[in-house]
Amino acid sequence: MALLEVDRLRVTLQTSRGAAEALRGVSFALDRGQTLGLIGESGCGKSLTALALMGLLPEGAAVGGSIRFDGSELTTLDEADLCRLRGNRIGMVFQEPMTALNPLHTVGRQIGESLRLHKGLPAAAARAEALRLLERVQLPQARERLDAYPHQLSGGQRQRVVIAIALACGPDLLVADEPTTALDVTLQREVLQLIQELVREDGMGLLLISHDLGVMADTVQRLLVMYGGTVVESGPTVAVFERLAHPYTRGLFAARPRLGMARGTRLATIAGRVPELADLPAGCPFADRCALVVDACRAAPPPAVAVGPGHEARCLRIAA
Amino acid sequence: MTPPLLDVENLGKRYRLPRQRLFAAAPEVQALEGVSFTLRAGRSLGIVGESGSGKSTLARLVMALEPPTSGRVRLDGEDLHALEAAALRRARAKLQMVFQDPYGSLDPRRTVLQTVAEPLAVLHGAGRAEQRERAIEALDAVGLREADLAKVPHEFSGGQRQRIAIARALITRPRLIVADEPVSALDVSVQAQVLNLMQDLQDRWGVTYLFISHDLAVVDLVCDEVIVLQHGRVAEQGPADDLFRRPQHPYTRRLLAAVPGLQPRPAA
Repeated sequence: MALLEVDRLRVTLQTSRGAAEALRGVSFALDRGQTLGLIGESGCGKSLTALALMGLLPEGAAVGGSIRFDGSELTTLDEADLCRLRGNRIGMVFQEPMTALNPLHTVGRQIGESLRLHKGLPAAAARAEALRLLERVQLPQARERLDAYPHQLSGGQRQRVVIAIALACGPDLLVADEPTTALDVTLQREVLQLIQELVREDGMGLLLISHDLGVMADTVQRLLVMYGGTVVESGPTVAVFERLAHPYTRGLFAARPRLGMARGTRLATIAGRVPELADLPAGCPFADRCALVVDACRAAPPPAVAVGPGHEARCLRIAA
Repeated sequence: MTPPLLDVENLGKRYRLPRQRLFAAAPEVQALEGVSFTLRAGRSLGIVGESGSGKSTLARLVMALEPPTSGRVRLDGEDLHALEAAALRRARAKLQMVFQDPYGSLDPRRTVLQTVAEPLAVLHGAGRAEQRERAIEALDAVGLREADLAKVPHEFSGGQRQRIAIARALITRPRLIVADEPVSALDVSVQAQVLNLMQDLQDRWGVTYLFISHDLAVVDLVCDEVIVLQHGRVAEQGPADDLFRRPQHPYTRRLLAAVPGLQPRPAA
């Protein structure tokens, strides 16, 4: 049994236009030491998947399907039990390190908090451990920085602190939601390398969420491409990039500017826009924007079709 | 040869930091130093560099939003920072800016018509009929419709909001658009639409762009020339093709090497 097994996960949200299905049967598994990426554009459900894992869905959300973490079912767990998991066995790194940190508490105290809470460490021991963690995430002058406030650190330094907090209790699973989107390219590279190293050393499972194809190519072993609350393609990262089986994956790939493109080249765009949740079609969520669409696409959600070893896509027109 | 639209000469900016001690002199930071370039009408210049490299300071000086500590900015031969208030206001009609975050840069309580037509009202004192007519024309140029005029920002997606911001910038028929990270808050497919639009507008109206971005692939696509800024100084500058294919400065090479996967690597 894998560390994390998500099976036909469905999430229904209450919107101003009534109930809308935001996740429509998402399934994947992730084991210790493995890295998995969720990629897609705003509103495809990738962050919602992470929130569902951690029991942090917005009020009124209804969950169906199952999320099994180390053998126990998370969807039915009460808040107190979830609190024992979050920040303890599941570590989280969020996109914006300025808002993820409390501006009124020192860095040392914020790292020590989960250690005191989950591991019952006394203050002095928590502080010593916080220092060790700051050194581990390669924050320069770690000892002096223990008593620094977030505003005294740069964006890259703050993100290192957020990572140190996520790692504090030695989690089995690290969930990183756009961890480098707010950072410069050179810092992005450093932070991604750091996350990869830590995951390797501790044997954690990594669930990385990003909209950046390049970041995924460099960081994760397996990739799930999401659109409209559905995993439209999944497989080993290399195979997904080579095959680009689903038309949406191809569209994403083609829309991306690449170094070396001739000046003035027009990028290939995907027609239309991401539909609102309440407007998602009953069949393939991508049908209204797909150039290959046929009537059958709109009739029912396409089944997953194997296109290679461990690689599948939900498209009726794979051969096309 | 026609004189350049924008001529920036030895531009520098020093900011004073808060005093550390009561009687000590306030420390200063040199945000920009010795930056010179020219930009001809209808061309695009990219400014790349990391946070704190001086990109946005340069944009603010070119827009005449702040005075430089040294150097000059000439637009169409006029020294922007030497102009009287009234003349500067007239010169500003030739300059427009597009900001990074289309969620933050549009006033949520104003309609698209109010937002898009405002520069026209402020800079030219245009009447309501003219404002409406020109707003429709600007929306049309960015692929939005007349029916959108009465809507408010939250009714639009991120890409459409950035189109509204570009329409607002276009309405005064500016010579130069300073775009500060115009696509970095957008999704890949939306980014592609906005980049295509910006290039179409350039082909059609001869708009000139000063294009600030940390994304080297975007700059390579859109810009004729590139300046790489590091700690407020020019590390390297030249035609985009040369600079990205044969980077000379170690800092440029480092930036290129940090671009995440799926990119052809420049020859070492």
